[in-house]
Amino acid sequence: MTTTEIDNIAAVSAPEKKRSGVIRRLLKKPLGLISLIVLIVIVLLGVFAQFFSAHDATFTSLQVVNAPPGTPGYILGADQNGRDIWARILVSINVSVISGLIGAGVATLVGTLFGLLAGYVGKKTDAITSWTFNLLMTFPALVLVLVLSPVTGGAYQATMFIFGLFLAPSTYRLVRNLVVGVKNELYVDAARVSGLSNRRILSRHVLYVVRGPIIISVSFLATAAIGIQSGLAFLGVGSTLTPSFGSMTSDAFINVYSYPLQLVWPSVVQALLTSALILLGNAYRDALTDAERPTRAERRAAASAAATRTRMVRARTAGAPDVSSARSLLTVRNLSVGYAQTDGVLKSVVDGVSLDVAPGEIVGLVGESGSGKTQTAFSILGLLPPEAQVEADVLTIAGDSLVAKDSRELRKMRGSVIAYIPQEPMSNLDPSFTIGSQLVEGLMAGMSRKEAKATILQLLARVGIADPERTFASYPHQISGGMAQRVLIAGAVASRPKLLIADEPTTALDVTIQAEILDLLRDLQGELGMGVLLVTHNFGVVADLCDRVVVMRNGQVVETGKVRAIFHEPAHEYTQQLIASILDENTVRTDPAPHSDMRELEETK
Amino acid sequence: MTALLTIDDLRLRYPGRGFRSASPEVLRGISLEIAPGETLGLVGESGSGKTTLGRAVLGLANPTGGSITFQGEDITRLSQKQRRPLAKRLQVIFQDPYTSLNPVLQISEILSEPIVAQGVSAADSRKTVSRLLDQVGLPSNAAQRYPREFSGGQRQRVAIARALALEPRLIVCDEPVSALDLSTQARVLDLLVDIQRNTGVSYLFITHDLSVVRHISHRVAVMYKGELVETGPVAEVTTTPQHEYTRSLLLSAPTADPDLQRERRALRRRLREAAA
Repeated sequence: MTTTEIDNIAAVSAPEKKRSGVIRRLLKKPLGLISLIVLIVIVLLGVFAQFFSAHDATFTSLQVVNAPPGTPGYILGADQNGRDIWARILVSINVSVISGLIGAGVATLVGTLFGLLAGYVGKKTDAITSWTFNLLMTFPALVLVLVLSPVTGGAYQATMFIFGLFLAPSTYRLVRNLVVGVKNELYVDAARVSGLSNRRILSRHVLYVVRGPIIISVSFLATAAIGIQSGLAFLGVGSTLTPSFGSMTSDAFINVYSYPLQLVWPSVVQALLTSALILLGNAYRDALTDAERPTRAERRAAASAAATRTRMVRARTAGAPDVSSARSLLTVRNLSVGYAQTDGVLKSVVDGVSLDVAPGEIVGLVGESGSGKTQTAFSILGLLPPEAQVEADVLTIAGDSLVAKDSRELRKMRGSVIAYIPQEPMSNLDPSFTIGSQLVEGLMAGMSRKEAKATILQLLARVGIADPERTFASYPHQISGGMAQRVLIAGAVASRPKLLIADEPTTALDVTIQAEILDLLRDLQGELGMGVLLVTHNFGVVADLCDRVVVMRNGQVVETGKVRAIFHEPAHEYTQQLIASILDENTVRTDPAPHSDMRELEETK
Repeated sequence: MTALLTIDDLRLRYPGRGFRSASPEVLRGISLEIAPGETLGLVGESGSGKTTLGRAVLGLANPTGGSITFQGEDITRLSQKQRRPLAKRLQVIFQDPYTSLNPVLQISEILSEPIVAQGVSAADSRKTVSRLLDQVGLPSNAAQRYPREFSGGQRQRVAIARALALEPRLIVCDEPVSALDLSTQARVLDLLVDIQRNTGVSYLFITHDLSVVRHISHRVAVMYKGELVETGPVAEVTTTPQHEYTRSLLLSAPTADPDLQRERRALRRRLREAAA
């Protein structure tokens, strides 16, 4: 419930967007709409070629050899053989479109089918198909095309079919990797337990989720196929009878010095066709991701909100009375956290929270998910995302006001005065560095590397790690979750902070480990005299550690009190509800199972 | 009366990474029984193999030894095709209601899927869907909505409804309430108990939380490092544990009372010092 909670809140705070279909979002984008129109116009020109041109594409007339554009009946002129360039362009469009369809179609079909199988079925199938496709990638496609040319007769369709096969590995890899990710989702397991056939699971649960990237790759594959076809035709590979952009440019190339314009026409149309395809693919990808991403208007609103707020925490009223007593370690008065929405309305997630932590005191911040407890803790740490608007009358740590501090000053405080222990120990350690190097880094500001290492080793031993030297040199994946939390605690207390903020520090751990970590926290707190703000939803943890409790609901503090008072005579109705819903240790299920005779039977065994 | 589910000396070892490489056994000879209408709570810490045991029963993990018998039928090693008819009698509720529901499907599609897979017509399945939603306390207009529109507790209700769709005899519940808030947790547990009373379904209830186990189980089995260390009626296991691990588990769970917790802490310290 750390960063993910913030993400959730940020997402929830965004207004309920109308979730229109991908196609509609695609058409709303100028890029998507224009490229789609260009594509449709080009394709239609090709399909209805005979209505748009006066001559057949292969009709030759010696009168018009190399005729300039504008010659009657020859809008774009004629080529060196006296053929209508416009008519040939229209037919070439068809050749290109069919090449694209065959190439991309074969590649997508083969790649998707085998990608689904390899990703889903099992390791052996995966290994065999991956080998085959890797081999396919290394095989020189052009050689095969040349070798097979007597069989294919140089027909471009056959050539594109073969190239489609050789383009398949890229789709195969894409689909396979996506499927491997989706396959382990619990909803796929649930579908299997529901008795669905493999075919149905693949088509309904797997393919449906991975379809977006496949559609995008189709546009790139089609472009590649068109390029390959025209390249081959330019080189003169395959039948020279069919007009195509490649053969046209090849013809024009011979006359490039005398009639350079002849080269322009086919190149321009092909460029238009392929770029429209690519841009349409891009627009589709944007349309897919837009569902999750804020619109431009929302981003602008967030940016302007951030711009008006150069300080991390704003004072609500100028010259607010400083009520922090000299005794208090952390003083928070009237803290609010809000997220701006598109319509400019501020959605508040923390609303007027006030709390205190005395030196050496452990205060529990309790509430259910969405109560704003983590947001409160993070605003004290100054770790909220820039969209968050934080305001407070007073926010003071050890007599030092956080209000109107910039992020650099806050960072300094985080290193020395405040420390933090997260919920997920593993995700808070960088997997690519050793534990030692990550811990030493935090101390390097004040001491030499050697001193820092000695301090860290001492601390690792203190937090109950059996072999500090070995753990120091280990990478995060080599240690268990409980060890990782000990490491993070060592890192947090290394700079002897005055205030420790722990966000659900034991939620991800087993009960037996949890008990040890709680013991460790209590001992360290006693030794160092730290104040601790403990964010948790577990009342057992609260009862174990805390001196005082702050209960939050919907961003507001509903009750504050000594731990015994909260547990034994909760004043607020909500606290009473919470306490009542704790699963009582003394009530065990007593109604017998319907066939308790069988149980007795087993007990006598 | 014969047991609904019998697991006998079940062993499981996940395949190693390399060729012929061995990995440690995750299940080391587990034997247990579940009677019709009974809840067996399976407790253990992460890595103890409790989730693997549940997955083996569901056919999502392949045992390397021993047997699983369900309603007199050996289901230890079934092909996926052979397993499909079992869906009617054996179901699952997973821990995480966020990933156990396909985000792109409507609730009605999620719920009707298992019914349609058994060859029921779409019209009949629609009727069943509204009955299911009613059964788990969700409004009937929930059918046309997507999982993302629901809170964690509501999603878990959808997952429960999906498990109930085929009126199974046994539901494997893998930590079904540990991702939920405290108040939601109690309500979902009550719902599960109610459903059991009305339908006579059995639960294999996997959890690490002893208070949850107390609330829902008739009997408790404690797992530790791939073995069952203790099995018995819930009241006995949670008050007079026989095995040392069960004892430490009970003492480790913090109780929601500051004074009791202080005593418990002191007791645990004494035990630990005595052991050391």
